[in-house]
Amino acid sequence: MRLASGGRIDRTQPLSFRFDGKVYQGVAGDSLASALLANGVKLFGRSFKYHRPRGLLAAGVEEPNALVELRSGPRHEPNVRATVAELYDGLEANSQNRWPSLAFDVSGINDVFSPFLGAGFYYKTFMGPTRGSWHFYERIIRKAAGLGTAPALPDPDRYEKTNAHCDLLVVGAGAAGLAAALVAARAGVKVMLVEQDKDLGGALLGEKSEQLDEWVAATVGELANSPNVRLLTRATAFGYYDHNVVGLVERVADHLPQPATHQPRQRLWTVRAKQVVLTTGAHERPLLFGNNDLPGVMLAGAVRTYLNRWAVLPGRQPLVFANHDEAYLTAIDLADAGATVAAVVDPRPIANPDLVTALAQRGIEHLPGHVVVKARGGRFINAAEVAALDANGEATEPRRVIICDLLAMSGGWNPAVQLHAQSGGKPRWDQRLSTFVPGESKQAERSAGAAGGQLTLRAALASGAEAGFELTSLLGGNATPLSLPEVEPEPEAVPAELWEVPGSRGKSFVDFQHDVTTKDLKQAVQEGYRSPEHAKRYTTLGMATDQGKTSNVNALDVLARAQGRSRAALAQTGFRPPFTPVTLGALAGRDVGRNYKPIRRTPLHDWHEAAGAVMVETGPWLRARYYPRDGEGLFEAMNRETRHVREKVGMVDVSTLGKIDVQGPDAGEFLNRIYANGFKKLPVGRARYGLMLREDGHAFDDGTCSRLSENHFLVTTTTAQAAAVLSHMEYYHQTCWPDLRVHLASVTDQFASMAIAGPRSRAVLQKAVEGASVTNEDLPFMGVVQARVAGCPIILFRISFSGELAYEIATGADHGKAVWEALMAAGREEEIIPYGTEAMAVMRIEKGHAAGPELSGQTTAQDLGLGKLCSTKKPYIGHRLKDRPATADPHRPALVGLVSLEPGKRIPGGAQLVEDPNHKAPIPMLGYATSPTYSITLDKYIALALLKDGKEREGTTLYAANPLGNTTTKVQVVSPQFFDPEGTRLHA
Amino acid sequence: MRLPCPWCGERDHSEFNYGGDATRRRPADDAPMEEWIDYVYFRDNPRGRHHEHWQHIQGCRAWIVIERDTLTHEVSGCWTAEDYARGFAEATDVQKGAQS
Repeated sequence: MRLASGGRIDRTQPLSFRFDGKVYQGVAGDSLASALLANGVKLFGRSFKYHRPRGLLAAGVEEPNALVELRSGPRHEPNVRATVAELYDGLEANSQNRWPSLAFDVSGINDVFSPFLGAGFYYKTFMGPTRGSWHFYERIIRKAAGLGTAPALPDPDRYEKTNAHCDLLVVGAGAAGLAAALVAARAGVKVMLVEQDKDLGGALLGEKSEQLDEWVAATVGELANSPNVRLLTRATAFGYYDHNVVGLVERVADHLPQPATHQPRQRLWTVRAKQVVLTTGAHERPLLFGNNDLPGVMLAGAVRTYLNRWAVLPGRQPLVFANHDEAYLTAIDLADAGATVAAVVDPRPIANPDLVTALAQRGIEHLPGHVVVKARGGRFINAAEVAALDANGEATEPRRVIICDLLAMSGGWNPAVQLHAQSGGKPRWDQRLSTFVPGESKQAERSAGAAGGQLTLRAALASGAEAGFELTSLLGGNATPLSLPEVEPEPEAVPAELWEVPGSRGKSFVDFQHDVTTKDLKQAVQEGYRSPEHAKRYTTLGMATDQGKTSNVNALDVLARAQGRSRAALAQTGFRPPFTPVTLGALAGRDVGRNYKPIRRTPLHDWHEAAGAVMVETGPWLRARYYPRDGEGLFEAMNRETRHVREKVGMVDVSTLGKIDVQGPDAGEFLNRIYANGFKKLPVGRARYGLMLREDGHAFDDGTCSRLSENHFLVTTTTAQAAAVLSHMEYYHQTCWPDLRVHLASVTDQFASMAIAGPRSRAVLQKAVEGASVTNEDLPFMGVVQARVAGCPIILFRISFSGELAYEIATGADHGKAVWEALMAAGREEEIIPYGTEAMAVMRIEKGHAAGPELSGQTTAQDLGLGKLCSTKKPYIGHRLKDRPATADPHRPALVGLVSLEPGKRIPGGAQLVEDPNHKAPIPMLGYATSPTYSITLDKYIALALLKDGKEREGTTLYAANPLGNTTTKVQVVSPQFFDPEGTRLHA
Repeated sequence: MRLPCPWCGERDHSEFNYGGDATRRRPADDAPMEEWIDYVYFRDNPRGRHHEHWQHIQGCRAWIVIERDTLTHEVSGCWTAEDYARGFAEATDVQKGAQS
């Protein structure tokens, strides 16, 4: 019920919204929770496991029950805490985890079967011998237990990322945070003050007394006008990382129906602060008694907040149950707001006499030495069973039934130590407050206010001001002490020890969000899960989206008592980011869709597109895969291009190959150490195939290396390993051989490269190349010469990947298109065509050249048939470990060729090679197919493969089994050089 | 985490690639196989100060050596890999001093 006056809301701005299809009215300043509560809605959702009806427990970020689905369509968002969802006109929310409706939920039957659904139920029932049944039940169980549904459509909103630096970061703008920020701001240090709420004031927003409203307004005004202060509201510090880095998520537009044009929905901040003050407040503890999860059972502080901040009376006939003085204020505020408070139940025999008087003045019954043992009701609370405690603290009979429609409970307060713990601090047990308070700081941070265990307003203000003063001085600022506003003395929440209420009946919930009861925890202890970390994982306590904000401390007490151990003996379980859930969109920022990774295009990209090429992604690169003609598919185009190159001439873009420029007096010596084969004696004007090993003796990468002049080499690498090869070379140069005079530079992007291949390639070059002779005598195989095409300088290499007479031409990237087009024009008579990566791959497989699938990081030079290439005359990277027994083993899988013996049947890539496909499982596996293809040249399906004792098996028959595709192909083992093994074509 | 590059100053760790233990020295070419196997495969996993290689891959591309506390991530020293390699003996002394 909404009160006629009071509250920090604007009654002149009514807002209309829907919950489960029904239309309600709220006002500006409402949260979804306060607006629903004002409309008398008490049932917010169904619980995770037992599908019990649940209402609001809290009023802030710690809320475990009231999770709803917000918005619809692409902006649908599950598991939103109604307590922190700001109301806007037209808001649409739905309850979740219920079917068919919230009031009548079929899975509520789980509650009846709950004796079978205790801790570890799923493990015990579906693991071990009955494990197979898990696969059957999983789908049903997953559907029945759970939270909201994930959105199915792409997120239409934009998220931003930004960085900030400051001297002092203040997290939380309650009384303590404001005081700390004010001291620092006045001293001129660079302050950042962040608050998760839309308003500044923290717990003060839930106070009736307006004594500090003026001070808050003045402080906020001063901070907002200080140029050295950055104030962020709706911003949550969710993670505290190393080096005083704090992650924030700012909800820029979540309070609007949708972000305005050009406005991001959220912004992720990475803040680097020299000092941090954590004024994050405290969260209230529930009490553990029967049915403490019934809608209408709420935290006493939350009740006060709904009353004072939103002018909502959550019940007309409330009962208050607490073990400390501070919660008496809830009874007083409720009575003053017009409620008929049924009683204040307190296990302590004595309370603060002033408060007892205040109750008497309002006609409120006071029941010291009493406890609530059980809440009664169906979907809502309608009464509570109260028992008197005897001298031993045991509940006595008879039980008295007190009619009520609201039960406000409080077991004390837990400082919000999450960020302190994330920063490396170890919260310590405080006996007086029966909770954990921040321990020793491991980073440049300190806690103040309620977060530091200062639970009264006066103490919080003082500790905030003190933290601000000390840190400002530490930062070199000239701080002056703050004159603090006058605050009336107030009762402190120093709780009597009361955890699981004696004599309590029925389920008493510890973790409301994961449905973990006191019984589950005791059972876990009985079964041997003594450590809180183990019990937590076994019962899933504290592992829901609220990370146990209302449950962790209570759970530790139940665990300690069940083991007969002292509280101090059990450490709190760890806290990890995020403090509250963070949308994945905010973490991804703008690195989504086509911006997920950069796309690299070659200098010839536009030409390929204009020629109708089908492009393919290879790593970050886009490459021309094939150039279809007359409705050709991949297979037809690949075959035509391959045959054309083998018979006539074709040209392919190889600009993606890595290129590294190596210069210096010791360049030759350097490369000689990098490559497994010799390079020191490579003559100027010659290229050589080069193989690099890793230090462990496995093959790393291959390519060519050309000597352009005495001290100048050009290295090419595979497309995939270009960056890794450069880093590898830099590593050895800088860490092992700093005395070698050599410089390395990546020139991949500086060059456009193309390979021209086929029997007619020389004829094309003879027409196009100026300034050099390309005859077999002047430019023999592996010759390199500098020349010009279309007036552009080129480097012409006579090297071949296809096995044909072939050349590679490298020219400046900006000249690429001119050179390519000039060669295309010059080749018209020779019927030159462009060919793509598919035909290129077919030809390299036909020639048995190792590429990516064979250079897998697990193969040696010997495996690849390149063992003889490795020099015996010099040391090089990998030279020692290539000879250890495991890498030198002659029986290792070696590169072979496979030919399909079944006409028209391909050899699947990755297929396992076996001798007898009908062998009883497990079938001995001899190797696998690495690079399969169809060879138009041979008119056969072929593949490269790695096969144990490969050389010896040449000529034998094996089976290539592909259980995934349920196919087996009979194959013959052959030499990997399928085509022109003598190399007569490339020497032509 | 931020790392102090000797050339570029303090930069975010996302600009660097991790390069592993810097306290191992590549054995002589003809060193016994055991020494090589030890160099390639065996690493201590110390708790506390450690010397490690990083490459400023998105900056000056220099390989550097960082002294980092593996527990707290506190960075207490940095060298260019070249300086470190040249003064390996002294650097190892620093390392030993830091660990003791």
